[in-house]
Amino acid sequence: MFTKTQLLEAKDVNVTFGGLQALTNVNIAVNSHEVVGLIGPNGAGKTTLFNAICGIVTPDSGELSLHGSSSKWPATNQLASLGIARTLQGVGLFPDLTVRENVMIGAHKFARTGLISASLGLNFRDEQALEERTHIALERVYASGLADRIAGTLSYPDAKRVGIARALVSNPEILLLDEPAGGLGAHDIEWLNRLISDLSGEMSVLIVEHHMDVVMSVCDRIYVLNFGQVISQGTPEFVRNDPAVITAYLGADAQ
Amino acid sequence: MFEFINTLLIGITSGAIYSLMALALVLVWRSTRVVNFAQAGQALASTYFGFEAMKHIDNFWIALLIAMIGGAILAAFIEMVFMRLLLKHTSSGAIASVAPIIATLGLLEVIRALITLKWGGADVLIKAPLSNTGFSIGTHTLVFSPMKLAIIAVVVFLLSILSILFQKTNIGLSLRASAFSPELARLAGIRVDLVRTFGWALSGATGAVAGMLLVVNGNGSLSPASIEFSLLLISGFIAAVVGGLDSLLGTVIGGMILGLSTAFVLMYISDSLFFIAPFIILLLALIIRPQGILGKKGGRRA
Repeated sequence: MFTKTQLLEAKDVNVTFGGLQALTNVNIAVNSHEVVGLIGPNGAGKTTLFNAICGIVTPDSGELSLHGSSSKWPATNQLASLGIARTLQGVGLFPDLTVRENVMIGAHKFARTGLISASLGLNFRDEQALEERTHIALERVYASGLADRIAGTLSYPDAKRVGIARALVSNPEILLLDEPAGGLGAHDIEWLNRLISDLSGEMSVLIVEHHMDVVMSVCDRIYVLNFGQVISQGTPEFVRNDPAVITAYLGADAQ
Repeated sequence: MFEFINTLLIGITSGAIYSLMALALVLVWRSTRVVNFAQAGQALASTYFGFEAMKHIDNFWIALLIAMIGGAILAAFIEMVFMRLLLKHTSSGAIASVAPIIATLGLLEVIRALITLKWGGADVLIKAPLSNTGFSIGTHTLVFSPMKLAIIAVVVFLLSILSILFQKTNIGLSLRASAFSPELARLAGIRVDLVRTFGWALSGATGAVAGMLLVVNGNGSLSPASIEFSLLLISGFIAAVVGGLDSLLGTVIGGMILGLSTAFVLMYISDSLFFIAPFIILLLALIIRPQGILGKKGGRRA
């Protein structure tokens, strides 16, 4: 239903920490409007791969292409302007700022005015546009009623919603979700599933998740990592039935 | 009653100047977690910039503006050229917590020495733009003068602008976000390095105002070895600690507590306590409310 073009591809990625090989020749690709899952046991390298894409970890080797053309590994603060947004494991909000401020920070790339005019307070129109985007992103996750709360006082599921709103406010083409279902109850997980399916109409989603129901129901394709290597990839059905995966990981959880 | 009002007004004036210095220190602390002893030197140098400007254009307010710009540029330079390298090379181990303190102490002396080279060691004068003769009420003459009133007005004006900047603008949000969590801020697309430099520049400009006002609040004399500037630094630190090293409001309250209590101690107890009173307040603050006057219990913010 959508023409699929390749948005992000990471090739032959190797990451070592000290003597430990965290990722070995990992290849993944994300196409437009695709929901791609990244699963694997603890320590398999899922978050490391996220961190490499986000410029938090520098790979020892490997190539990155965005929109089909090769790219340098981005610095963290360039992600937003490259159309990539990420949520963090756990809460990942600024606890002392309000919900509105937390989300507005994600819209930073739309703030055009420079330091000088900002310090002189000349950018009220700009601020209003940011407020508007913030409001829309909060509505998207049904959290507009929380805008004036201090983020540190939110319940865990609400904080996770706000984290997603902050990622959405930058209008990303690729959304990286790091364990969005972690710590959520059944009701919130159902809501999350629906949101991710909706979002795939507008953007690609790359998702790291332990919660198998979520991964199996929302993902178009899944990569399975174990000990820093991709051991299987394909549709949820394929991965679910892949003997390599069952041995390595799914065995206990699958049925 | 008369004496009380007089003391109150004097306390508020010095409290206002301490608040500015404290704020300059807090801005740097929040953006880079550096306790910046060189702030006294930067304020001194900025005030000399103001003095130099006064020689060419005999207008204190324009000189104040030039001092602010000079102070901002000096601070941005120190952050970009000196602190970035220092923090990069001393980022781990025991040296990490000590290096910035020793380095900024060294920087303070370097700046003093450079000022002496350029302007000499003798006192120079900055003429106050307004009368330092106190207002009269009936037959009484207050110590509180038009100059002191203007000082309070300048501080209130500056604090209002800074408060709007922090709370209402995107750059203020970036400053606060980068202070709380640089990693999260980077993920949101904020150029944390640039924001830090901006924090230092703001701090430099704020310190410059504190220096200029300090001089015209006193007898107008200025020298590289100025004891007043050393006291200003100490008062600023104490006000910042009392205020909790975190919020603009806390810092102002800290400055006011320090200014007022020092003024009242001098007036009603003994002026021999001049050097001791601030330290007594510091000790009391650290023992009673180590988290600061507005701070929440439960330790430092991220």
